Amino acid sequence: MATVIINGQEIELDDDERLNAIQAAARVDEEIPHYCWHPGLSVVASCRMCLIETGRKDPESGEVSMMPKLVPGCQTPATDGTVIVTDSDKVKKARAQVEEDLLINHPIDCPICDKAGECRLQDYYFEHGQADRRADLKPYTSRRRSLGDTVTLFVDRCIMCSRCVRFTREVTGTAELYVEGRGSSEEINVFPGFPLENKMSGNVVDLCPVGALGDKDFLYQQRVWFMKSHDGVCAGCSTGCSIEVDENQDHVYRLKPRENPHVNQWWMCDEGRYGFHHIHAEERLAGPAKLDDDALVNADWTRLPSELNEKFTAAESVAGVISPHLTVEEAYLLAKYLRSVDENAALVLGPVPSEGEDESFPNGFTIRAEKCPNRRGVQAVLEHFTGKVQTLDDLLPEIEAGKFDAVWVSGGYTNSDWVDETTAEQFASVKTLVVQDLFNSPLIQQADYRLPSAAFAEREGSYVNFADRLQSFRWAVRPPMGVRTEGSLLWQLLASSGMYNAAEVLAELSREIIYFAAAKDEVPAVGVDLKVNLLV
Amino acid sequence: MAEFEPVLLANIDRPESHTLAAYEATGGYSAVRRVLADMSPTQVVELVQESNLRGRGGAGFPTGLKWSFLPQDHPGPIYMCVNADESEPATFNNRILMEQDPHQLIEGAILACYATRATTAYIYLRYEYPHALARLQQAIDECYEKGYLGKNILGSEFSLDIYMHRGAAAYICGEETGLIESLEGKRAWPRIKPPFPAVKGLFQKPTVVNNVETLCCVKHIVDRGADWFKSIGVPADPENPRDAGSYGPKLYCVSGHVNKPGCYEAPLGLTVRELIENQGGGVWKGRKCKAAVPGGISMGVLSADELDCPLDFSGPGKYGCLGLGTAAVTVVDDTVSMVDFLHNTTRFMAHESCGQCTPCREGTSWALSMLNRIKAGKGRLQDLELILEIGDSIGIIPGTTICGLSDGAAWPMKNAIRKFRDEFEEYIRKTNPDGCNETEPVQALQIIGVH
Repeated sequence: MATVIINGQEIELDDDERLNAIQAAARVDEEIPHYCWHPGLSVVASCRMCLIETGRKDPESGEVSMMPKLVPGCQTPATDGTVIVTDSDKVKKARAQVEEDLLINHPIDCPICDKAGECRLQDYYFEHGQADRRADLKPYTSRRRSLGDTVTLFVDRCIMCSRCVRFTREVTGTAELYVEGRGSSEEINVFPGFPLENKMSGNVVDLCPVGALGDKDFLYQQRVWFMKSHDGVCAGCSTGCSIEVDENQDHVYRLKPRENPHVNQWWMCDEGRYGFHHIHAEERLAGPAKLDDDALVNADWTRLPSELNEKFTAAESVAGVISPHLTVEEAYLLAKYLRSVDENAALVLGPVPSEGEDESFPNGFTIRAEKCPNRRGVQAVLEHFTGKVQTLDDLLPEIEAGKFDAVWVSGGYTNSDWVDETTAEQFASVKTLVVQDLFNSPLIQQADYRLPSAAFAEREGSYVNFADRLQSFRWAVRPPMGVRTEGSLLWQLLASSGMYNAAEVLAELSREIIYFAAAKDEVPAVGVDLKVNLLV
Repeated sequence: MAEFEPVLLANIDRPESHTLAAYEATGGYSAVRRVLADMSPTQVVELVQESNLRGRGGAGFPTGLKWSFLPQDHPGPIYMCVNADESEPATFNNRILMEQDPHQLIEGAILACYATRATTAYIYLRYEYPHALARLQQAIDECYEKGYLGKNILGSEFSLDIYMHRGAAAYICGEETGLIESLEGKRAWPRIKPPFPAVKGLFQKPTVVNNVETLCCVKHIVDRGADWFKSIGVPADPENPRDAGSYGPKLYCVSGHVNKPGCYEAPLGLTVRELIENQGGGVWKGRKCKAAVPGGISMGVLSADELDCPLDFSGPGKYGCLGLGTAAVTVVDDTVSMVDFLHNTTRFMAHESCGQCTPCREGTSWALSMLNRIKAGKGRLQDLELILEIGDSIGIIPGTTICGLSDGAAWPMKNAIRKFRDEFEEYIRKTNPDGCNETEPVQALQIIGVH
């Protein structure tokens, strides 16, 4: 055990903890302000905002000897006997000076800056700065230039913390960004002809503690104080990055990575980050429809459950295609429902979208080729019901042969490419075909019941990523008018009482299926490793 | 005291002094022969430690002690970097050594590498010294031919390669870790310490960085012994246990408003007045000395009353200056405005600030903008307080920056304004009689443009 003294308060650190003063102080809710330091990047100690006083307490005599000069907290290891002082006049003065220095050449264009409201320069000015501006020597400008397809640099807002530069060198290994010039005229830049175009480029915007790096996708779309953040899980690939979904009035404006040491650390890829626009695509299926004597008519959500139930109960043999876009709860409910109407119902895994190969970055972050969030979870549910997991391809000959009277195909795919005409035609002989999907597709055209599906930010439940980590999330936005989530529909089909409750389903799952046993208690924000209870 | 015989500059006036033949004619490389044959590396380190040689680059860190920080029994490689990025304004002693007597430096470097067990040395030369580059390269080539460099030097087990590296004209590359970064092909942003270069330096390997003149001294210490070295200069103050003394000969540069500017060799401890009067031939044009820089502008400034300041490692500090620095004295005569002086030094430091640490990057440029305004006749008395506040707060001594560049920027501000306050105030009152007492913030000039 190491004892560290922070502003007179002693805290204990475990022997294997390697914390710097900033992290140690955070343990007692003492924020040491900082710009350049980031836990995921190398320490440069250059912004000097985290200056503190430090010393050492002699374990024998208890005497404290302080260092005469200020030191950066990011560079000060918290070891046994380290004394950290963050609230002395000397420290406060140094912070005020750094804050004043940073604002000398800053345009202070907060009213038109996207970062306003979540800007460290702003926050620290109020918290640690001095009221008077003593240096009004330069006309304000706010030049900007494009660094690549995703990011715009507002040159004069930059405080030269070099986080973005270090990110491209240390995390992606692409090193597009560099510092140009010297002294107060230095700027972040890219080499001509070599724009910022790595697949994780959006992270530099999150890293930027001020408004210098603007996300072109988000630029001028929404003020941050109007948005609410919801913990979510990215549905872009089977890595399943922890994310925050920022929305205002049921409109998603951006996704940001949420720290999760087990999955994505602090990062997410651009594909996931910008891959939410299908939520608000105009082409989304807008309301349930059904074929009534070959005429397409609007269906009514209130009558649908009983109508569908009649058809499926009447059917002699039933099949279900369970999409890897469903949550484990939805997959479980669907399987459970179909097995309740036909105890021999065929259950198969829906097509698993895949693109290219897994792509890893030097720090280990990987973008997976499997472009769906929950193949692993759905597979585990299917294993429970069917033993060996079959895919849609395995079932198609039987479907084509007319073996099934009623087939339920769940979708939730982010485009309509997942099923082609030939496959769709094989469903022609099915008497009752239910398809619930986001977009119009050849299969939807075949369906008797064409149900709109929910997008990932509208769902509630859990995904299991490639490494058997289950992460639960709540919905961030409500589905558009006329759309209901799979979960709520299935909930009703199973005649459960009240509203759809994913937590209740997960509790049942964890009791029923050994694979999910680790999820029996409340799932923490970083998820739970389902492998812990398995002898593998 | 007997007439001092130049040691470091002994050969520079000989014909063809830069050639190997001329150097060997005066006993050159005999030290290398003897050391390789008779001494172990540890003995050389001990000899240099015993001589109390302190680094000539500016900070005056004991050289032998620096070498002793290298990890023992390191599998290598260990690197030696010769700091020849002589960029301190008014300093040119290394230049003379490299141009007129390059072999002296190379011999010193070989000895130092032997002592530190370095097998590769880089001479980091400032961009503006093309002549020195040519001379050094020629000298290195001669040494390879003669077997003083390369594999198994003079039949011994010791091998050494020396490479020339030309900088790209940045002051910050003279800072030892800035130099290392630059050698690695990176932007010369000084590193945070620890780790120190002796543990993790160039290419993450143990590294020693020594100044040109320091290495030249090493050659003479090996030649003549530690006692000879300690017989020259100023002994350590017995009252002050932290004083390591100022021993040995030193090259003094004197420039500015003197009759005979140049580089002169003298024992450490010469006073500024002696240097100006004896070596420098007095202030030019019969004028009076108003101020003098003790050791490159980053060390601050001495007023006319302080010219008895001894130029040894502890002397300038007693007069409010930062230190001995490079012992390059610049004389300012009584026609010069101290406002101009400070403006010029600040402009240099703001221009050369590497831009890594906020207080230095913004502080130096802010001070410069204020000095620009003062010079433009819009100065306020309050500005002096602001400049002093910047000067008091930036630097490695208060702990607000990574390297010492900003201490070098701070000292001229503090010294010039504190020692010549009347002149600054008078200038501001005279040029801005209506607004000099104004204390309200300066109006913002222009509202931002539209995106």
